[in-house]
Amino acid sequence: MEKAFNCINIALMMVCIIATLYPLAYVLFASFSVPSQLVRHTGILLHPLGFTLAAYKLVLANPFISSGYLNTIFIVVVGSGINITLTAMLAYVLSRKRLLWGPIIMGAVMFTMFFDGGMIPSFLLVKNLGLLDSLFSVILPSAINTMNLIILRTFFQSIPESLEESARIDGASDIVILTRIILPLSRAAIAVIVLYYAVSHWNSWFSASIYIRKRTLFPLQLILREILITNSNESMTVDSQASNIAELEVILRYAAIVVSTVPILLLYPFLQKYFVKGVMIGAVKG
Amino acid sequence: MDAIGESGKKLKSIQDQSFFKRIPNDWRRNKGVYLLAMLPMLYYIIFRYTPMFGLVIAFKRFTPGGGIWGSPWAGLANFKMFFGSYYFWRLVSNTFLLSFYNLIWGFPIPIIFALLLNELKSSRFKKAVQTITYMPHFISMVVICGIVLNFVSQNGLITSLLSYLGMPANNLLLDARNFRTVYIASGIWQEMGWSSIIYIAAISGLDQEIYDAATVDGAGRWRKILHVTLPGILPTIVILLILRIGAMMNIGFEKIILLYNPSIYDSADVISSFVYRKGIIQADYSYSTTVGLFNSVINLFLLICANMLSRKVNDTSLW
Repeated sequence: MEKAFNCINIALMMVCIIATLYPLAYVLFASFSVPSQLVRHTGILLHPLGFTLAAYKLVLANPFISSGYLNTIFIVVVGSGINITLTAMLAYVLSRKRLLWGPIIMGAVMFTMFFDGGMIPSFLLVKNLGLLDSLFSVILPSAINTMNLIILRTFFQSIPESLEESARIDGASDIVILTRIILPLSRAAIAVIVLYYAVSHWNSWFSASIYIRKRTLFPLQLILREILITNSNESMTVDSQASNIAELEVILRYAAIVVSTVPILLLYPFLQKYFVKGVMIGAVKG
Repeated sequence: MDAIGESGKKLKSIQDQSFFKRIPNDWRRNKGVYLLAMLPMLYYIIFRYTPMFGLVIAFKRFTPGGGIWGSPWAGLANFKMFFGSYYFWRLVSNTFLLSFYNLIWGFPIPIIFALLLNELKSSRFKKAVQTITYMPHFISMVVICGIVLNFVSQNGLITSLLSYLGMPANNLLLDARNFRTVYIASGIWQEMGWSSIIYIAAISGLDQEIYDAATVDGAGRWRKILHVTLPGILPTIVILLILRIGAMMNIGFEKIILLYNPSIYDSADVISSFVYRKGIIQADYSYSTTVGLFNSVINLFLLICANMLSRKVNDTSLW
């Protein structure tokens, strides 16, 4: 009985592993396959059908893939920098006790989690601020994520007050206390929050799709959407000598997925523990 | 001081007074802290609160020349138009049904997964399963939807596997009946592992002694799962379930607008995707803001109900 349970359980978990990994393996195999063979193939792939790097050559030669990468890197770096600066400042304020306005600020902040102006008023705001067609239209409206703010505040509150009190007696200002005492003691939590922000910037596409029209400013995900979803040929500089463009398009899509996703999946095993830690901190009060 | 014992009303007014009286003192003492709050608060005012005032265009007939404030008032005309329109029930029922089926399928699976994972003997195998099943959470929505669209296309992987089982080899997402299944199944594939983390954490917090006592009482693995682990994580399950119910009509449109196409609007079009299409694509700002506001108010209402329920059941609440 005990043995049967274990066997079934291990088998189920193996199924989960295969079900998670196989679609990714399929994408990888398909991206190296010869298009004419792939189009005629049905069912599962256990290895590439033939071998060609044609799709990768096209993807890497596509100027929008590289400009998309650069735009996304800019958004991730500058965006996360702004995110963590503002979030840490407000989290520090909200972690102070005996602050007369503290509960009022907290209430005003929490309210935005439950109600917002919605898509169109936000769009009109960004438009009226003159941010359209600027990478800051993607960065500024999401400068603070309230959930992340609360996670960081909870963490700051767990730091013993006695540490900062002695600094205050020595005449340290709030900025000094934040940067010299609180932040160094919160390195793990800061890392988690920065990672959360960075991932959300990396994955975000929707705000860019409504705020940015210039193709040279498109982040990577928006270029990917054109290649994968809307199937627009504009972002593909397809080689005129390629005999069958439609066939090539199929593997081109798979190659674009690989090129855009592999960097994240390579980094992921090293960062996993931080992400999991974030869920734990968030679960304390969420 | 002499307010003690007097009527509550008087007490309150004295408290109010003291709040304002305390302002100068509080400012002098905490000026540095408040200065740090200025920039973040400015962000909240500009980017979170200003759009709320922009909601007035739901009661106006927006013209590009007039803008938010200069456009003529329309009263409740936009609301009447929406409630009377052919789309109203389709949108409400699509939003509800997608959410409902997503809850029925998507909610228990991570719990079952966490329970089974916890029963694995080898901690290395457990780690490997966790690492692998968390991974899809980090793949971007655009890529996930790109993969899904390819797999369910006419000669895609999933379509061809289903055709071996006797189903016709047609693009699955050209048939409105398949949309919810595709949407929910791909969501489970992506989030099952990640959503289980919180249950795994709850399980690891359970007292080992209860298990030992159960063993002494002769309970097998199966009984321990049912009578020790499951009741142990029940509070976590209940609060997450209540939160999910509170977000019932608040379904994200990003995945939907990546997956759907006009031929399956009958089942795929939800309130938020309709707002997107009307507002951003067709630039009908007032009407789409009306629809969006209707949705936000329902969301707020459901959340307040869920919070009250949670306070009753669990003594824990969001605020």
